[in-house]
Amino acid sequence: MITKVLMPKLSDAMETGKVIKWLRKEGDTVKGGDVIAEIETDKANVEIEAFGSGVLRKIVVPEGDSVPVGDLIGVIADPSDDIANLAAAPKPAAPKPAAAPPATANAPAAGRPAAPAAATGPLPAMESYQSVPATTQVVPMAPAAAATVQPADGRVKASPLARKIAGQTGVDLRLIQGTGPGGRIIRRDVEAAQAAPRPAAAAGVLRPAAAPSRPDAAAFVVPPRPEAEFEDVAMTPMRAAIAKRMPMSKAPVPHFYVTSEVDMDAAWKLREQLNSLEGQPKISVTDMVVKATALALRKNPGVNAQLNGQAIRVHHRAHIGLAVALEQGLITPVLRDCDVKPLGRIAVESRDLAERARGGKLRAQEMSGATFSISNLGMYDVEEFSAIINPPEGAILAVGSVRQTPVVDDGEIRVGRRMKVTISCDHRVMDGAMGARFLQDVKRLLEEPLRLLV
Amino acid sequence: MAAQAFDVVVVGTGPGGYVSAIRCAQLGLSVATVEDDRPGGVCLNWGCIPTKSLLRNAEVVHLFERAAEFGIAVNDWKADYAQAVQRSRRVADRMAKGVEFLFRKNKITLFRGRGALTSAKVVEVTGGADGAHTLEARRAVILATGSEPRSLPGVTIDEKRIISSTGAVTNEGRPGSLVIIGAGAVGIEFADVYATYGVKVTVLEALPRVLPVEDEEVSALITRLFSRRDIAIRTGAKVKSVTPGASGIAVAVEAEGKTDTVQADQVLMAVGRAARTKGLGLEALSVATERGFVTVSAAMETSVKGLYAIGDMAGHQMLAHKAMAEGVVAAEAIAGQSPRPVDYGNVPSCTYCRPQVASIGVSEATARAGGREIAVGKFPFTASGKAVALGETDGFIKVVADKTTGELLGVHIVGPEATELIHEFAVGRTLEATLEEIVHTIHAHPTLSEAALEATLAALGHPIHI
Repeated sequence: MITKVLMPKLSDAMETGKVIKWLRKEGDTVKGGDVIAEIETDKANVEIEAFGSGVLRKIVVPEGDSVPVGDLIGVIADPSDDIANLAAAPKPAAPKPAAAPPATANAPAAGRPAAPAAATGPLPAMESYQSVPATTQVVPMAPAAAATVQPADGRVKASPLARKIAGQTGVDLRLIQGTGPGGRIIRRDVEAAQAAPRPAAAAGVLRPAAAPSRPDAAAFVVPPRPEAEFEDVAMTPMRAAIAKRMPMSKAPVPHFYVTSEVDMDAAWKLREQLNSLEGQPKISVTDMVVKATALALRKNPGVNAQLNGQAIRVHHRAHIGLAVALEQGLITPVLRDCDVKPLGRIAVESRDLAERARGGKLRAQEMSGATFSISNLGMYDVEEFSAIINPPEGAILAVGSVRQTPVVDDGEIRVGRRMKVTISCDHRVMDGAMGARFLQDVKRLLEEPLRLLV
Repeated sequence: MAAQAFDVVVVGTGPGGYVSAIRCAQLGLSVATVEDDRPGGVCLNWGCIPTKSLLRNAEVVHLFERAAEFGIAVNDWKADYAQAVQRSRRVADRMAKGVEFLFRKNKITLFRGRGALTSAKVVEVTGGADGAHTLEARRAVILATGSEPRSLPGVTIDEKRIISSTGAVTNEGRPGSLVIIGAGAVGIEFADVYATYGVKVTVLEALPRVLPVEDEEVSALITRLFSRRDIAIRTGAKVKSVTPGASGIAVAVEAEGKTDTVQADQVLMAVGRAARTKGLGLEALSVATERGFVTVSAAMETSVKGLYAIGDMAGHQMLAHKAMAEGVVAAEAIAGQSPRPVDYGNVPSCTYCRPQVASIGVSEATARAGGREIAVGKFPFTASGKAVALGETDGFIKVVADKTTGELLGVHIVGPEATELIHEFAVGRTLEATLEEIVHTIHAHPTLSEAALEATLAALGHPIHI
């Protein structure tokens, strides 16, 4: 039996993929389920695994090369199979399973092995398959504990050798805990990360069984975190016009507001569970909102943006300003890199920041550099409110109380917990729909709060 | 007699002991040290320091011999070996006083005499000029008693005709002929000194090459250069017996299946050193040892809680700078810090003969045996402007790197100031620099260090000056 290994299509937008690494050599025996290669797409690194058993007879696409989706990248076959014409076959020889329709509940997953009947043709039986990504190693969603060592400025501290090995092996330095002086990532850390078990492969949770519980929902994917701290995107003519006009109508910053109500039942329950763990930092609702906001900002970079002269500065870091009420007014210390910090870390650091803010003990660098701010008046039993944007930031989220309120569930009235959040946006930088999409993501993250922990 | 209590008691004041004592004091601990000889230990009094003084003398003698080469006419000069030894004693005395000064400065109490443990935390000091003392350590005892010269079975060192390095640095007399048994750093350094002062030197080494811990190319070059100076080098030569007689000492040597005899006025035993652990009371406390060395953790703690051991007695390389590094680790661990453990794979090795030898990391052969693809770059000092101007062109720098990552696996230097040049690579390895970082570092011209840059470029395949 011959199995063709094809470049999988992992997202609608994906046109090409790059083979980062072959985990098996030509001549290695593989069986179904073995992870055989790592593929890099525009969004993530994924592993692909063998469907058929046999010998990895041919690696068609070497490491480091990119090919279009659906192209043959390797051949698995029995030692006796003649694959000569296959290895040389023109690219579109296989039907393009990559173009399979979006998976629905009753449709077979794209690229499942052909039915045995297909083997009765005159040619040797051939299977084309699309590997299901074994693990979508999306950068910011990976074990966040690893990211705790990152310095506040987002710079990764790593030795030249560690950088080099990481570059060659595809290890993401931002996810590694450094053990060198001052948390510097050194060779042994990268090697340990390489040797660490691949979560999904080890757990064996792959293929359709691992489908998300909400089959209609798109996976919540935060794009990889770019190296650069930010980028300046040229304004489109329309955006420039909006930017010019809006302040004239409502100077100096034209605000608009979007409010959404969040079902906090699950988040409340999770928080209670987390806070019953002994020796763990106590998590507040604000901490959960901070984490959800940070992740949503990374998915909606247009909201994590600000006017910068003639350009819009789009931030790739979620540095969150936390409004802290003081007797004499208000201060907004900055909790940096909330997108990659685990929830517990956010809890510890935000408490520390707030305490020191009240004590007047903040350091200068802790009072600037926010890319987005959050103001929570929930503790004052405020149902909802609108906040004023803290320039030069482009938006701020106002958080109301978590209130018990009658909700209708399957035609029954029961008591549920709800929270209203309102985003104020700078209309020169973004539009209502962007703010709404961002709020949708905040809402979804808080309503599926386990996502805050992964 | 009442016990005197200190936070830490350090037994032995060699480079490991005195450094750990000072570090403990810096960290706010009260410290007692125990020494049965002079502060500074073997290194400072009978080893590293006086030999460096003698080697400097040898270097000056060598330059006098080459005076004509520099257009300098020197008539009627004489190199007095006794005065060379006297100078080395003055150097050692000055450094020993320096240690005593540092003890006073750091308020460290020095007890003269031999220390022995009566429990893990109590040291009895006896045999000193100012009587016996009982020292109680509130926190920890650090053992740093070092090592002593080994001999061969049946050969007794009398420090007159059969001498160790200790005899060699103190004897003002100079034999007509000398057999050095052992071609490690000690044997090779004394071969250099004595040969320069006109002694007929024969070096016997049981292993196949001199400086056996160094890279093979290093051993080959030193053998060639020493042979050119009429130093007889016999490798693969096993000493069967050492027999003192009326007219000299007969050393029976077996090599390639044949036995012959080498006659000499004096024999220098340089076959290595053994940990000095006798009489310390380790057995009673059941302190774990391994092949004579005290077994320690990464924090230098022995199998007995609160009892630490550092330096030669604790194994690994028997080098002063390794002992000092261990002393700092022990002190910081005792003070409750979390020191980074000593990286025994990154200890520079130095031999101060002419030309000097220094290395760090693994040899080319070891790197190859490791199975990864390696890149080797070599640059001879003959191509270095500074070396040519100095008139010191013997030697090379050899860089062994991982071909894929550029990791600096090992660096081997023979040549002028090799023992200073090695630290560029020591720092590089500590920082996990790769070939590229060395190459991107601008090296001043003209310097010997440029050879480091060029050897690194050579490992990348594109040296400029060769």
